[in-house]
Amino acid sequence: MAQSRIWTVLPSWLIYPIGIIPAVYLFYAAFTNQLGADPLDALENELGEWALKFLVAGLLITPLLKIVRINLVKYRRAIGLVAFVYVALHLTVYVALDRQFGWWEIWGDIVKRPYITIGMAAFVLLLPLAVTSNNASVKKLGASAWRNLHKLAYPAVLFGAVHYVLLKKTWHPEPLAYLAVILILLAWRFFKYRQSIKNA
Amino acid sequence: MTVYKYNQPLPSEITSKSDYLNRRTFMAGAAGLGLSPLIGIGATHAALKTSKSPYSTDEKTTALEHVTSYNNFYEFGTGKSDPAKHAGSLTTRPWTVDVGGMVNKPGTLDIETLLTKFPLEERIYRFRCVEAWSMVIPWVGIPLASVLKQFDAQGSAKYVAFETLERPEEMPGQGGLFSSLPWPYLEGLRMDEALHPLTILAVGLYGDVLPNQNGAPVRLVVPWKYGFKSIKSIVSMKLTEKEPPTSWNKAGPNEYGFYSNVNPEVSHPRWSQASERVIGGGIFAARKDTPFLNGYADEVGSLYEGMDLRKNY
Repeated sequence: MAQSRIWTVLPSWLIYPIGIIPAVYLFYAAFTNQLGADPLDALENELGEWALKFLVAGLLITPLLKIVRINLVKYRRAIGLVAFVYVALHLTVYVALDRQFGWWEIWGDIVKRPYITIGMAAFVLLLPLAVTSNNASVKKLGASAWRNLHKLAYPAVLFGAVHYVLLKKTWHPEPLAYLAVILILLAWRFFKYRQSIKNA
Repeated sequence: MTVYKYNQPLPSEITSKSDYLNRRTFMAGAAGLGLSPLIGIGATHAALKTSKSPYSTDEKTTALEHVTSYNNFYEFGTGKSDPAKHAGSLTTRPWTVDVGGMVNKPGTLDIETLLTKFPLEERIYRFRCVEAWSMVIPWVGIPLASVLKQFDAQGSAKYVAFETLERPEEMPGQGGLFSSLPWPYLEGLRMDEALHPLTILAVGLYGDVLPNQNGAPVRLVVPWKYGFKSIKSIVSMKLTEKEPPTSWNKAGPNEYGFYSNVNPEVSHPRWSQASERVIGGGIFAARKDTPFLNGYADEVGSLYEGMDLRKNY
């Protein structure tokens, strides 16, 4: 059954300018002091949350294809790269504005604060994926090695959600909602994988 | 008798009378236009008569707009802007506080009595949240000691237990699927902390009655402790012999102790308390080093002499 063209009518490059709109707005609002009483916290937090949103969107592509037969695979690379842009902006704001390049304190945070350790780990896991998100890398690595490498996205996304849950004083609904959605999406893959082993 | 040291604020550092008056004109105008719910202060509220206090700091106060829009008051939701959005529905009149436990004259304290029968002082205090941000807030209040005196504490009373209103129909954060904390919210102080002249029952802010999102109509303010100790919308104060349970301590005993004194040396298990973000500074402001006991060590340091503050966090 061929899917309606409506799902893929947009060129995938459009994801980049559309995806970056929230970031442009957030920085504009932060520089013009329109993000409330604690604009730095708002900026940092919102960038992180947008990173999670795009990461979740990336994780949704496969189940959409397998369960409801909507094929959005052509957008996945752009979605993943936009997610990485948000992760990088979030980290930059933390380093440059929150910690103001206090490398010693940043090191202390990474070593001593589990939520920073986990967040940093997520960034490190995503780094090779961003670098290899191009056709040349697929060719160079070979499709199956490339695909295996990009499975690093799973722990990275999970770490991202745990990072969000841990930085709150208590159980907050938003971070828990992200964690729940991500756990469901990863569990679905895990069961699919188990099935495929059984059937093989 | 202990002699308390304090800094005298420079007259120029205190919000000038004309600024107050301008604000009142604005408030009155807003009330007349029916805009008062938008700014979170009821139309019936009159400005309060206050005297200045030598305990006030001369640091620049945080803008009223920020003090009333960035709050942790989980009874109205866990987001910082939730209290400003949802606390308008809270009924604060009539309002009484039960005072009981180990007192010889138990009774109730009416908010109108608090507002009219006690001399009100302006206390400009630093306010340090456990989340590592800070404000400077001009409270209007009454020393807790002078209120408790009316109820005649028994000699064996060692602690004061405080309780916030529990009214899920007006406090959306108390209902729903996720409860962020067990309700009602509970706090406590050791007797000497409660009776210290820095400890006040606040009934106002910036010369007016307390906006609902800041803990109307009456809240505690203990400026050398993390903000969550300064319990809001109080309905009960009981003197006890045993250390009373406190909400954050019950929720996370490893993270929030009974004392919760501001201490840059003792980290929260998940983040550092060495520095703070000053609200109102914008995104390029440098972090400020957090002083021991939030800068009130000269006044209250003696209360903790000989105590291991790493254990008693």
